[in-house]
Amino acid sequence: MATILRVTNLTKQYNSFTAVNRISFEIKEGEIVSLLGPNGAGKTTTIQMLLSLVSPTSGDIEVFGKNLREHREELLSMMNFSAPYSLLPYNLTPREGLTVFSLLYGVRNYRERVKSLLDEFNLGELVNRKIGQLSSGEQMRLGIAKAFVNNPKLLLLDEPTASLDPPTARQLRARILKRIQESRGAVLWTSHNMREVETVSDRIIFLSRGRVVADDTPQNLKKQYGQEDLEEIFIIIANEPIRESL
Amino acid sequence: MNRLHILGIFYRNIVLIRRSVPKLFGLFGFVTVALFLWGFLTLWVQTLAPDDTATDFILLILSAFIFWSLFDLSQRSFGISFLEEVWSRNIINLFASPVKLSEMVLGFILVGVVQALLAFFYVTTLAFLLYALNIWNLGLYIIPFFINILVFGWALGVVTIGLVVRFGPSADILAFFIPFLVLPFSAVYYPVSVFPPVLQKLTFVLPTRHMFEGMRTAITEGVMPLDNVFWATVLNLVFVVLAFLFLYWMLRLARIKGYLSRLVHD
Repeated sequence: MATILRVTNLTKQYNSFTAVNRISFEIKEGEIVSLLGPNGAGKTTTIQMLLSLVSPTSGDIEVFGKNLREHREELLSMMNFSAPYSLLPYNLTPREGLTVFSLLYGVRNYRERVKSLLDEFNLGELVNRKIGQLSSGEQMRLGIAKAFVNNPKLLLLDEPTASLDPPTARQLRARILKRIQESRGAVLWTSHNMREVETVSDRIIFLSRGRVVADDTPQNLKKQYGQEDLEEIFIIIANEPIRESL
Repeated sequence: MNRLHILGIFYRNIVLIRRSVPKLFGLFGFVTVALFLWGFLTLWVQTLAPDDTATDFILLILSAFIFWSLFDLSQRSFGISFLEEVWSRNIINLFASPVKLSEMVLGFILVGVVQALLAFFYVTTLAFLLYALNIWNLGLYIIPFFINILVFGWALGVVTIGLVVRFGPSADILAFFIPFLVLPFSAVYYPVSVFPPVLQKLTFVLPTRHMFEGMRTAITEGVMPLDNVFWATVLNLVFVVLAFLFLYWMLRLARIKGYLSRLVHD
């Protein structure tokens, strides 16, 4: 399987504070990897560096073997993301919002793409309402639809189901998984819902105080920590001191 | 340069302007009210002048007002196009997209051109109907002033974006304030000769000074003041280059310090 994302010794320092400390990991074609960690662990900073919103202090990010710093526009056109802190413009309708992002991602057949996304994500009945008038769950669904406008090969999903009721969250997870299987893309997923993480992840990377403290499959992590529940592992990892070996 | 990226920025702004009453008021409302104000004031000033005066105050003052409004609108529309993304918490989506900074700026320029043309035709028609002012009598002389005014407005708009990126959404007041900072020193409603000698030298670097001084010469003497056009154009080019360097510097700093994410959290 080809490597889609390779992160090597990635570090971000803000003056004397180290938000991300020499982390390295890879994501291969077709893989869904969850990035977990307590608040302040460095997840958001890592995602923001992957989106080139924040410049790393040192280290490298490669997508499809190309350096993100040197090929920013080309690589970002193959990526997309969804995050609860980055909503679509509240004063547009869902159709307009998706049209804008289809254009911004250079989608030539943008009218057809918007129509199919509206159908696929059950947004058809909302097309004439302003985004600001939608419920947070509907906005989240729209945000995920936006993340698929360019059929990305690398998808970064930050808490993608945080505002959704369980049936909608399940439906949306299934849709995301199906699309990733079809496109042979890859996903970096963050969530505080451990059941969700266990359901979707091929691998889990735990971050704590800016460092990678564990990187393995959910099954292996359970064996390694002698726990049946990912949430228990999360609590153990969040509380344990940093091991220099990782 | 990807045309779809530029079209995306343009489409996003035009959709908003088209259906937003407050935005349409910002485009046509302020200028209408201000035209009444300056028009009545000018009519009164005209009555104070001796009967044999040859000065056409309506032409002089209202032409200056119209071109100043154009500059103000050009700078404001540029700054507000960017601020709209900050206010609607869309700025992260925009910077995480493959749109280049130059494409974003070109999209804003296109939006600015459409707004400027609409507002200019509207206000010149209104001035003709209310005060019989026919600014089109200036003929081709209008073109260099029109272009230079728009371009300087955009340069200051680029600086506004840089300041918002650096200081966060609270710097949005600058989008409205910057033109007023330039106004007293641009010799819009009075000649440069009224400035103290030091200020006459200092204001030389402002393209607007040369534009408005030149426009007055064109109105009163009926000739194209080539030296004013030359200096306005050269200084404009310098300002545009400096404005872009400033914006690139601010964006680089924002990526290092993490200011971009602060734009949606502040």
